[in-house]
Amino acid sequence: MRRIAGFFLTWVAGGALAVESVIPLDDVDIDVFDKQSLRRGAETYANYCQGCHSLKHLRYSRMAHDLKVDEATLEREFLKGQAKPQDSMLSAMHAADGEAWFGVAPPDLSLIARSRPPDWLYSYLRGFYLDASRPTGVDNAFYRQVAMPNVLAGLQGTQRPVVKKGGGVEAIVDLKQMTPGSLSPEEFDAVVADLVNFLVYASEPAQLDRLRIGKYVIVLLIALAVALYRLKKEYWKDIA
Amino acid sequence: MPNDRLKAVMDWVDQRLPVSAFMRDQLTHYFAPKNLNFLYFFGSLALFVLVNQIVTGIFLAMHYKPDAGLAFDSIEYIMRDVKWGWLLRYMHSTGASAFFIVIYLHMFRALFYGSFKKPRELLWLFGMVIFLLLMAEAFMGYLLPWGQMSYWGAQVIISLFGAIPVVGEDLATWVRGDYVVADATLTRFFALHVVAIPLAIVMLVVLHLAALHTSGSGNPDGIEIKDKKDAEGIPLDGIPLHPYYTVKDLYAMAIFVLLFATVVFYAPEMGGYFLEHPNFEPADPMKTPEHIAPVWYFTPFYSVLRSVPDKLGGVIAMGGSIVVLFCLPWLDRCSVRSIRYRGAYYKIALTLFVLSFIGLGILGTKPVTPATTFLARFFSFNYFAFFLLMPWYSRKDATKPLPERLTEAVIPLEKREGIVWDGVRWGISAAENSEWYGRACAQLTAWADKARELCGIKK
Repeated sequence: MRRIAGFFLTWVAGGALAVESVIPLDDVDIDVFDKQSLRRGAETYANYCQGCHSLKHLRYSRMAHDLKVDEATLEREFLKGQAKPQDSMLSAMHAADGEAWFGVAPPDLSLIARSRPPDWLYSYLRGFYLDASRPTGVDNAFYRQVAMPNVLAGLQGTQRPVVKKGGGVEAIVDLKQMTPGSLSPEEFDAVVADLVNFLVYASEPAQLDRLRIGKYVIVLLIALAVALYRLKKEYWKDIA
Repeated sequence: MPNDRLKAVMDWVDQRLPVSAFMRDQLTHYFAPKNLNFLYFFGSLALFVLVNQIVTGIFLAMHYKPDAGLAFDSIEYIMRDVKWGWLLRYMHSTGASAFFIVIYLHMFRALFYGSFKKPRELLWLFGMVIFLLLMAEAFMGYLLPWGQMSYWGAQVIISLFGAIPVVGEDLATWVRGDYVVADATLTRFFALHVVAIPLAIVMLVVLHLAALHTSGSGNPDGIEIKDKKDAEGIPLDGIPLHPYYTVKDLYAMAIFVLLFATVVFYAPEMGGYFLEHPNFEPADPMKTPEHIAPVWYFTPFYSVLRSVPDKLGGVIAMGGSIVVLFCLPWLDRCSVRSIRYRGAYYKIALTLFVLSFIGLGILGTKPVTPATTFLARFFSFNYFAFFLLMPWYSRKDATKPLPERLTEAVIPLEKREGIVWDGVRWGISAAENSEWYGRACAQLTAWADKARELCGIKK
């Protein structure tokens, strides 16, 4: 039974998946010590993502502490409804609603930057293009048959795919801007880069401590190794 | 005065428990060969990693929740809300990989210098049982984070029991405690990972060390230091374990911890090899990952499994690839232990074996294609040939005469013989005479001078 269902699903998906995408991933520079970038990313997250996607493993207070967001700003920009600073950054959407509206509940994004590379996230968020056959009116060049609508379309504008034929196969090779958004392409790329930077931070807030402490530990251990090497030399000098 | 009092306390204890005698016999008057080189560090390093795993494991168990509904989130709780929890977790996860690196090098040392040969067969067998238990410990520990790879890795490996005729499916269900990997599997794996197997490992380590101190440590020359003793019965080439090897191993530990800390602080995922990326997604029994790869330390054996087209055949081959290691002391028919005095056959066989083992390991991380299957079969064949042809080639090998006394810890390059070392010497002299070598040296001296100047040290 499962095999039959599996076959059927593959067939359905294969039918709808007409054109493949061969666009390479774009590089994004990640710097979790750039607090300004993280703060901009956090605000974008709160305004555009948190409506559907929770960050259940990140508390507002932790984020405010790490990103140096003051209490007033936290209150004004981030704490919506009944949320208190020590709460997790949850979405207000119920999973069942998400499933009914999009066919799949929007996943929690606390660890998305650890299961997916930052370059992928950056490319994905900029990879939506118009496709009338999809229920949301868009598909994504880096995540085929995606259930998510292009929530950043207001900033980005709309794109269409550039399809090329070669060896009897059709493939999307590029995306072209159709209508402009409220931001220029460069400004939009910067917004997405900040957002991805924030997601990288959110996936492991401890990395701020880890990377900061690491160098002192290494220096200390080098000193210890040198000292122990000299101790060993001293003891072993009479062994022929 | 304090010394007298201390002595009185020690006497009081010694009359009731022979602590001083034990320290004397096992440390200050246990004589180890004086030419042990860096390949002999990995035994004490394995003990060090074991202690690291136990200590960090205790603290992790204080915060971890062995429950299918809570396990994944409790790991993130440790990573974010527990003070220094991230450090404990990374030390434990990096420690798992480090354990296997250290153990594989420890086992390689045994192959290289014939440490498993008579009279150290039991020592080798205890070590092999520890290796088996370590694999079980790592496998069960890997389920605990309850990520996608934890779940599906366990699903795949436990389902292998199903290949056994007649009882297979029932056995797999019995191991899981359910028809699929589920909460029952998680809780029993937690119990085994935290109590049963560590206890067994610690007891076997005691036996391993007792066997080691009974026959005495081997050495790079593969001769017995006990054969040449002075008038007081002390081996001429032996030095007390303490303080000589305790200070030497402490130095090795510092270097090891330095490398370990570099990984823990700067690359805890190790590019997805120590912590696999799909394992940051919670386990989902309804969603199979595209490519299920075991953690790197299992991949050589996993490759052997995949290289056999039949499921039962694959399981037998994988089991055989581990069981055959147990037989090693009786497969080797050579009269000498160390590679230094063995002939070309063993040197070639061991080189091919090591390359095949690494090759199998790399292939095990990759999805199956016809090319990888072909290579995996070739390497698997080499792997088994190393052991199964050993009775023949090890006996035929042209050995060199053994020395009377111990020689160097590491043979200096100029003394090494054979076409390979001739080539290395030629390569080094060619590099030293080249122009860039001179430039690099000049640059280094300039930097060193500048560093001295900055620190205010005179030449």
